[in-house]
Amino acid sequence: MRTAQPGLLQIVLAPIVFGVAVILLWQGLVTGLAIKAFILPAPFAIGAEFTANLQNVANGMAVTGRNALIGLVIGALLGIALAIVSALARLFDGMAAPVVAALSVVPIVALAPVLYTMFGAGAETARQLVAALAVFVPVYFNTLKGLRMVRPVHRDLMRAYAVTNWQATRAVTLPTALPFVFTGLRIASSLAVISALIAEYFGGPVGGLGKSITSAASSSNYGLAWAYVLGSIILGLAFYCAALIVETLVTRNHTQHQ
Amino acid sequence: MSTSMTNDVPAVRVQGVTRIFAARKGSGVTALDDVSLTVAPGEFVSLIGPSGCGKSTLLRLVADLDVPTSGSIEVFGKPARQARIDQDYGIAFQQAGLLPWRTVAGNIELPLELHGVGKAARRARAAELIALVGLADFASHYPDQLSGGMQQRVAIARSLAESPSLLLMDEPFGALDEMTRERMQNELVRICAETQAAVVFVTHSIPEAVFLSNRVVVMSPRPGRIRSIVSVGLGEMSGRGEDLREDEGFFHALSQVRELLHGDEAGINPTGVRGVETR
Repeated sequence: MRTAQPGLLQIVLAPIVFGVAVILLWQGLVTGLAIKAFILPAPFAIGAEFTANLQNVANGMAVTGRNALIGLVIGALLGIALAIVSALARLFDGMAAPVVAALSVVPIVALAPVLYTMFGAGAETARQLVAALAVFVPVYFNTLKGLRMVRPVHRDLMRAYAVTNWQATRAVTLPTALPFVFTGLRIASSLAVISALIAEYFGGPVGGLGKSITSAASSSNYGLAWAYVLGSIILGLAFYCAALIVETLVTRNHTQHQ
Repeated sequence: MSTSMTNDVPAVRVQGVTRIFAARKGSGVTALDDVSLTVAPGEFVSLIGPSGCGKSTLLRLVADLDVPTSGSIEVFGKPARQARIDQDYGIAFQQAGLLPWRTVAGNIELPLELHGVGKAARRARAAELIALVGLADFASHYPDQLSGGMQQRVAIARSLAESPSLLLMDEPFGALDEMTRERMQNELVRICAETQAAVVFVTHSIPEAVFLSNRVVVMSPRPGRIRSIVSVGLGEMSGRGEDLREDEGFFHALSQVRELLHGDEAGINPTGVRGVETR
């Protein structure tokens, strides 16, 4: 049975009230204690910079967002495909496991300088690859886990029905794995944005949010730097929420209650 | 299906079946040791015994979900594997095992869909079965919106989808509370009377076995063997109702099975034993 949903008021209003209170407190502290802008700018100052440079922030979001999205798609497709191969072929799983484990402990953004020399500092390829690698790991692990979650009773049922392997895969294995794939994608969605953004710190063309944050900060324009940070928060949230919405829609009835 | 089978071909014939599960060390575990059993068409046979007596293993062997180490199993005169491929039986497990992403109707249609039955025919058959198990108002519900008893009724409807002449049931009511359980037993009796299918029913409940069965197969553990077979003789399926639970013959069969289970064979009065085949 489903639990009762909390009211709309509770979902929408409570965080808004809390957020407004925090911003007012922040503004009060900065003006009241006369905190310098390079330590912490006031929220209204950041807001003013954000609206004044809306076009620049939006351009930055588009550049970084595009890199993150391309990385997300490449990494997700690769992760799902290799997980399926691993689930089907034990030998491949044995070979891939240490490589993927190694990948998961490497701070992937640290590969950015190497990739810039490989693909040239004028191209976005290195950033997209960094995002793809960061996405690959959680998608691969979650998908593989999902593919192995088929319950014994379902396996028995498929054998009793004397169906082909492919029929069993379509009827039971893939739908069982689906919620796990989407959990992986949800985790990966914010990782993609973070990785694409951080990769910009290590070089490459200007225009993205990461580059804009560093250049604004180095020219002592702290309000503007924070406006770009605000832009990257919005971008990350947009990715996460999009993934969450798709996940909720697709896996509505896939949860297994026992 | 096998409705055209003549009466002299048994629904299930198990001959000298042994199943040994390999162990890492030593000689392995003997789950079943030289078991033989015949189930007539339309007959309801229960397998009962303590855990480890191999009753579920025997059912899985008949379903060809597992293969015997030695001995032979025939279902309607064919090897068990061929019977599985020909879909000669329907099966229900202790867990309902419904697919949570399919509705009640979708779950019942699953075997029909997998075996290429057309959409309209599928719909009609599912509606029929949903009515049979009394879930007409729940056809478009998802399994997690149903109680355990209702889920199990869907699983039973699913096992009946292709009108099998043999039903294999592995403790289908094992996870239900006592009241739901008795209601489900009454429904199963009614369904069996309507479908005329033979049933092999695994249970660890003595009253359940006696109430449902024509014959109760009492098994003993380590190694799994058939200790005795009790013919219950409580009459036709269609005549079995709630009042049967108060019947004297019911209590007689009950104590007979209980004494056999407890290994107290000497305690049975030989003159009072009707149709017990002591092996």
